[in-house]
Amino acid sequence: MGYQQLAASSITIFHEGLVASSTTVFTRDSSPRPLRYAQRLFSFQPGVFALSSIDLTAASSPVQTRRLANGMTVLWQPMPWLRTAAYTFWMPGGVTAELDGIDEDEEADARCGLSALTVEMVQRGAGAYNSRQFVAAEDNLGITSNGAASTSMTGFSAAMPADSLVPAIGLLADQVRRPHLPIDQFEDAKLMLRQEMLANQDEPTQRLMRRLRQRQYGRALGRSAVASELSLESLSMEHVREFYLEQYHAGSSILSIAGNFDEAAVCDAVDAAFGDWKTGSWGGLPAAEPIDGHEHIELPSSQTHIGFSYDNIPYGHPDYFIMRAGVGILSDGMSSRLFDRVREQHGLCYSVWASTHSIASSTDREGNAVPATAAVFGYAGTTPQRAQQTLDLTIHEVQHLCDDLSEDELERWKVRIQSSLIMEQESAGSRAGSMASDQFQLGRVMPTEELEAAIESIQLDQIKQYFQAHTPQSFRIVTIGSEPLAGGSVWSETNEAPGRGTAPALSTGDNDE
Amino acid sequence: MSEFRTATLPNGLQVVADVDNRGYSAAIGYFVRAGARDETDAQSGLSHFLEHMMFKGTATRSAADVNRELDELGGQSNAYTSEEQTVYYAAVLPKYQRRMVDLLSDMMRPRLEEEDFAMERHVILEEIAKYEDQPPFGAFERAMECCYGPRGLGRRVLGTAESIESMHVDTMRDYFRTRYRPANMVLAASGNVDFDDLVDQASQSTADWNELPLPAPLPPDDDSQLPAGIALDPRLNIPDATQAYRVTLSGGPSMASADRFAMRLLASIIGDDGGSRLFWDLIDTGRAEVATMWPQEYADTGALFSYLVCTPDQMDANIRLMNDAIDFVVREGLKQAELDQVINRTVAGVIMSSERPAQRLFGLGSHWLCCREHLSTDDLLDSYRRVDIGQIETMARSYLCTDATEVIASAETAQTPDEPSLTP
Repeated sequence: MGYQQLAASSITIFHEGLVASSTTVFTRDSSPRPLRYAQRLFSFQPGVFALSSIDLTAASSPVQTRRLANGMTVLWQPMPWLRTAAYTFWMPGGVTAELDGIDEDEEADARCGLSALTVEMVQRGAGAYNSRQFVAAEDNLGITSNGAASTSMTGFSAAMPADSLVPAIGLLADQVRRPHLPIDQFEDAKLMLRQEMLANQDEPTQRLMRRLRQRQYGRALGRSAVASELSLESLSMEHVREFYLEQYHAGSSILSIAGNFDEAAVCDAVDAAFGDWKTGSWGGLPAAEPIDGHEHIELPSSQTHIGFSYDNIPYGHPDYFIMRAGVGILSDGMSSRLFDRVREQHGLCYSVWASTHSIASSTDREGNAVPATAAVFGYAGTTPQRAQQTLDLTIHEVQHLCDDLSEDELERWKVRIQSSLIMEQESAGSRAGSMASDQFQLGRVMPTEELEAAIESIQLDQIKQYFQAHTPQSFRIVTIGSEPLAGGSVWSETNEAPGRGTAPALSTGDNDE
Repeated sequence: MSEFRTATLPNGLQVVADVDNRGYSAAIGYFVRAGARDETDAQSGLSHFLEHMMFKGTATRSAADVNRELDELGGQSNAYTSEEQTVYYAAVLPKYQRRMVDLLSDMMRPRLEEEDFAMERHVILEEIAKYEDQPPFGAFERAMECCYGPRGLGRRVLGTAESIESMHVDTMRDYFRTRYRPANMVLAASGNVDFDDLVDQASQSTADWNELPLPAPLPPDDDSQLPAGIALDPRLNIPDATQAYRVTLSGGPSMASADRFAMRLLASIIGDDGGSRLFWDLIDTGRAEVATMWPQEYADTGALFSYLVCTPDQMDANIRLMNDAIDFVVREGLKQAELDQVINRTVAGVIMSSERPAQRLFGLGSHWLCCREHLSTDDLLDSYRRVDIGQIETMARSYLCTDATEVIASAETAQTPDEPSLTP
């Protein structure tokens, strides 16, 4: 589960028959931060309306795949019981592509936010429409769309009533192939980026997790999508055009479609929209270069916000589901270790969680393989006087996961996964997203039967052996609050043994920028 | 098509369902008329505190049992509290309906033990602290307090640190006995539900729910004094805030009013996240981070909120732009094409969100609890499609021309964003 999704507050627009959950992506159609301003509903556990977010997928009918000559992979799966349809479109080349051809740190800083700025600019008019006409066309078709840049890709997604899918594919093609990139709106777009940067300052949890990610993956791979004062001074329309020309193409792109649609009509629409688009190559991702040590950012906040991370294995690793079951026992649900032992039994915090994150492998311009990489990220928020105890106890639970594993815990986790897989069938949007994610990370969409079999076959002993062999030893910790944490067994332990953990140094994960 | 079913149990509990057996899941929830507006000063924050305590065990289940069983049944389960309601819900596979109804019903008769109460108090205080650190740093609560007064609808859902620290477990027990009676509750379900079985099972498991002793009513609050921890200053100084946050609050149609559909569309035209008047004037131009407007309906009244976030030095100019945009709608009205566009967007949103039974459940349960009324998805779509320009203009004249309560939260001295360098 993306940590931002988990961290998102439980505030929701709440009218009869219409509950719009909060979103956190930087997009033109909604606020760049969670929709925290609708009715305030105070929930028992955080992240309440973030339905279905386990990084697994399933399907009741086979996923169809086609590869266009220009390198675009098209995936589709009919869900004829729905009244809606959705697509996810990913082009490799996101935040880290801002570094293409750049050597100097200073120049890298000067390009912060370029991928997000390009997403913003392509949404300011395309094809036959100026930006207002484009929004009107989408509204009249009932299309809800988003665009966002994340670590390894630029993505556009949309959900809509079933009948609107074919015209929606045409609008997507307009946007990514024929954007106007209007120069007279460039300064406005930069100001939007500036608002996003300032907003980030006022959100301690997001600020914390962004910082932690930079330390976990390093300056290049952990690069933030948010602009800086320096980049807002230096980014030009020329940078945007160049980025657009280099990164927006069909090569290695993925278009996944799910919902109620006529397969032949949709295939024709995809051919017409994208069949003659240019191809291109992707320069791959930078390698992870973790920055060791801990960090405290001083802020006179009510709570001390604690973030921790450690190296992990990526999605696609043979032991992935065994590891994921362990992290699930640690943090998925109200009977999970962290919720039960840190919050329920000790009352130390309201929010505490840990989640996995992986970044796919890639090949750089020289043809060298860059391995996939992954981490576990965790968070706890608590008042300063209890922060040290919270950190120590949380890390203790992470490190001692395999001491007392029980069959019940594993069974509960399996039921959770199975339920979420089945419930995913109720949403075209989450289905399309899962398909694209699988394709990007594994190079294929894992069939339901295979996934169910993989989950079902996990044995408690395997989890125990895995965590005994890969007990997290070395944590990266960032805190934001009024006072730094000092002393404590965890801190001295990690201070004596800085460096990588014992798990294979892998990292990434995407689409939750 | 879905089928609406309703039943009243002998104890008075209402059971309602929007049954659609084509669904993959069933959503089930208890909706309780227990919210911040039902509390007195001595009870401030209790509806929400109690919501947490309902997970702490029953006569036959420990707290760990409750959480474990919720997880064992998979799906999604949670609870939330607002000004008017507390809701406990779960979405599960249909085969688990019976077990989930058993569990949720049992949870509605909690232990409320003192030791658990003392422990959970810490969690509530942490939740209060968490929201203090988040934008808009208490400005919504302050706007409600300034508009409605610190009691009734203006009472904070979380309570205050002062009210929670001084809370006594017996006060909670009495509050529970007063509010969690069948007449104040609705059991709602949606999706792939066996309604007859739901009614049968609920009849048995809730049969003795009226046997709770009814506590004596509490003395009324002393209106001459502010409740502990409450202030009514419309200006909040947040020393470390980078942005400035402005909330306004004025009137609107209630949850039972037929005007609510026109009002929602009007607010959407002016202040939706994308494609609205405020979006084009303030967001698309980069002048503000957030500039939005939305209606909120309560049982007997309604509210219209606006929310503006920008740099402190831009606040005055942006307020003028926002007011100009609103005045323009009042003065000039709107064109049919703009109304059509917002109806199309809204209708598609209803269709998309109606596919998940869990999302249909909230509208069904809360509306039935409040108004004893249900609109099917198709009724709802028709209600939006029927709105005409005349109704929108009436809403604009009725609700956009009144004085609003205004609260601004920001740093008195400007902050400069500065992230330290990334060194080991």
